[in-house]
Amino acid sequence: MAEFRARRGSNDNRRARPAPRRRTGFDVRAMPGAGTLAVATFFLLYIPMATLVVFAFNSGQSLSVWEGFSFRWFVSAWHNAAIQEVALRSLLIAVVAATCATIVATMAALATTRTAPYPGLTFKYAFINQPLMVPEIVTAVALLIVFSRLKVWTGYSGLGYLILAHTAFCIPFAYLPIRARLESMDLTLERAAADLYAPPLAAFRRVTLPLLKPGILAGFMLAFVISLDDVVITEFVKSGGQDTLPTYLLGQLRRGVSPDINAVATMFLALSAVVVTIYFLINRRRV
Amino acid sequence: MAERTAVEARRITRIFGSGTAAVKALDDVSVEIRANEFFTLLGPSGCGKTTLLRMIAGFEFPDAGEILLDGADIAALPPYRRPVNTVFQNYALFPHLTVRQNIAFGLEMLGRARAKIDARVNEMLRLVRMEELGDRRCDQISGGQQQRVALARALAPEPRVLLLDEPLSALDYKLRKEMQVELKRMQHQTGITFVFVTHDQEEALTMSDRVAVMSRGKILQIGDAREIYEHPVNRFVADFIGESNFLSGTVAAVHDGRAEVRLDDGPVIMAEVPRGLTPTGRVSLVVRPEHGELAPPGGGGLAGTVETVIYSGTDTHHRVRLDGGGLFIVRSQNRRGVAGGRAEGERVAIRVPDGAAQILRD
Repeated sequence: MAEFRARRGSNDNRRARPAPRRRTGFDVRAMPGAGTLAVATFFLLYIPMATLVVFAFNSGQSLSVWEGFSFRWFVSAWHNAAIQEVALRSLLIAVVAATCATIVATMAALATTRTAPYPGLTFKYAFINQPLMVPEIVTAVALLIVFSRLKVWTGYSGLGYLILAHTAFCIPFAYLPIRARLESMDLTLERAAADLYAPPLAAFRRVTLPLLKPGILAGFMLAFVISLDDVVITEFVKSGGQDTLPTYLLGQLRRGVSPDINAVATMFLALSAVVVTIYFLINRRRV
Repeated sequence: MAERTAVEARRITRIFGSGTAAVKALDDVSVEIRANEFFTLLGPSGCGKTTLLRMIAGFEFPDAGEILLDGADIAALPPYRRPVNTVFQNYALFPHLTVRQNIAFGLEMLGRARAKIDARVNEMLRLVRMEELGDRRCDQISGGQQQRVALARALAPEPRVLLLDEPLSALDYKLRKEMQVELKRMQHQTGITFVFVTHDQEEALTMSDRVAVMSRGKILQIGDAREIYEHPVNRFVADFIGESNFLSGTVAAVHDGRAEVRLDDGPVIMAEVPRGLTPTGRVSLVVRPEHGELAPPGGGGLAGTVETVIYSGTDTHHRVRLDGGGLFIVRSQNRRGVAGGRAEGERVAIRVPDGAAQILRD
């Protein structure tokens, strides 16, 4: 017993002393200039955004000379009817498209994980994730051609086309977190439900779905942000008067830069940041 | 106790894979499990014991054969229509539900009234001694407690048969011993038929009313602990259950269920003959380590030299190298005040008392 304790003691000592860092294998941080490159990259990523945010609070017209702190551009943007309209349209499209994409993605994820691997399964993954691989401009042009025909044939030129297009390219973003969640889920849980007299649908509703919820929420958030942000496909598919926030901003910029835009972009950034943060919080929490 | 049959497997065959890679997980297996008994399927991994258990549960279907529950063929029923519940190896507790909700799950699915469910859940919590922890989430309790919840959840709907798939393998030694006793107690208290799967022969012998020893998709022997241990039918069973010494010899005469065998190492012993066997010519025999006796050299018996002596608390193991080249282990109980141990390198003779050796079928 004494010997045992003594051994424990020496163990504890070893733990208390910081272990000497032993370098095993290649360490990118040891390369010359790696630190500088990292800092430069961060600057490039965040300085422009920081500038945009800072000048959104400028009291003057200028985008380069600081004249004092003010909320005036936020107030003016908030009361701008055109901005209100496109912002609401963006939100509407994002909510509907993300919802549809999440439903489809959930079904796709269930179909591709709740089965023994078979030849062709990888092919299906690739098919589902097509929007991640095909250049967006190609999809945009293709949709433009097909939808313009459809618009002529059906006479309908409403928001449906945009929602359909957004749903399609949002699917992989919803699909990936849901699939990841399903793959890490213990299959015996569903077996246990069946063993305890739950028919398939009840087992799904009572066990699979609640456990899948974090993945579904995460998928929805990601799809929502991706839809909110889209320019290329929206620009090609939209009919007249169907600008979303990003395409509206693009249009405004062509006419000349106003600090209004900074304020709108800042709010947009804040919204995205909130959604992405929620996404990460959901993903971190393990049930 | 009336010996009613609870579960019967009739000529079950199950083949995994196809073509040249096909493996017979179960090869024409038949077994009858009696009502209210603690029945164990014992065997090494891959012997088909879990496949057979899953067939009773409904997660696996036979390629040929029938599974009867109380006389009715259930082979085609899905798991949720079988009055059978399982305790899974990893427990498979629903992590998003509390202990109470887990236990209530089966009862809710059966559509029982709320008041009845609550009463039954309380009763189950009492049975597994978890009254205090009903409102905990299942990831907030220890492994041993999870095990109890899994049991309570499977017993709550009062299944005809409770299936246990190596439920103790994740527990540490002490907890495992405790749970063995607990399981026995619960089986007595509930009167439910238990079908238990394990690869741990000690567990199987201590807990079961009857054991089926399996290997490569076949049942080799069914019997109670004593039968399996003392009268193994063949070399595999003898080797798998407990420690064994194997000897070979030639049958000289057979009378009254015993055979006179001249061992290759010299001495002549009286060996047990399995029922229904008339041994002739060369045979193999098994002797359990505790049945051999160490004696001073020269007095007959198997002559050899003590190679190692291992003291293990309750008894001492002597590994003896026989002059014929084989190894023979003798286990003797340690008693207070008796200097039992021999020294390593000492010359000894091993006496095999009448009936201590048993002739094997192979």
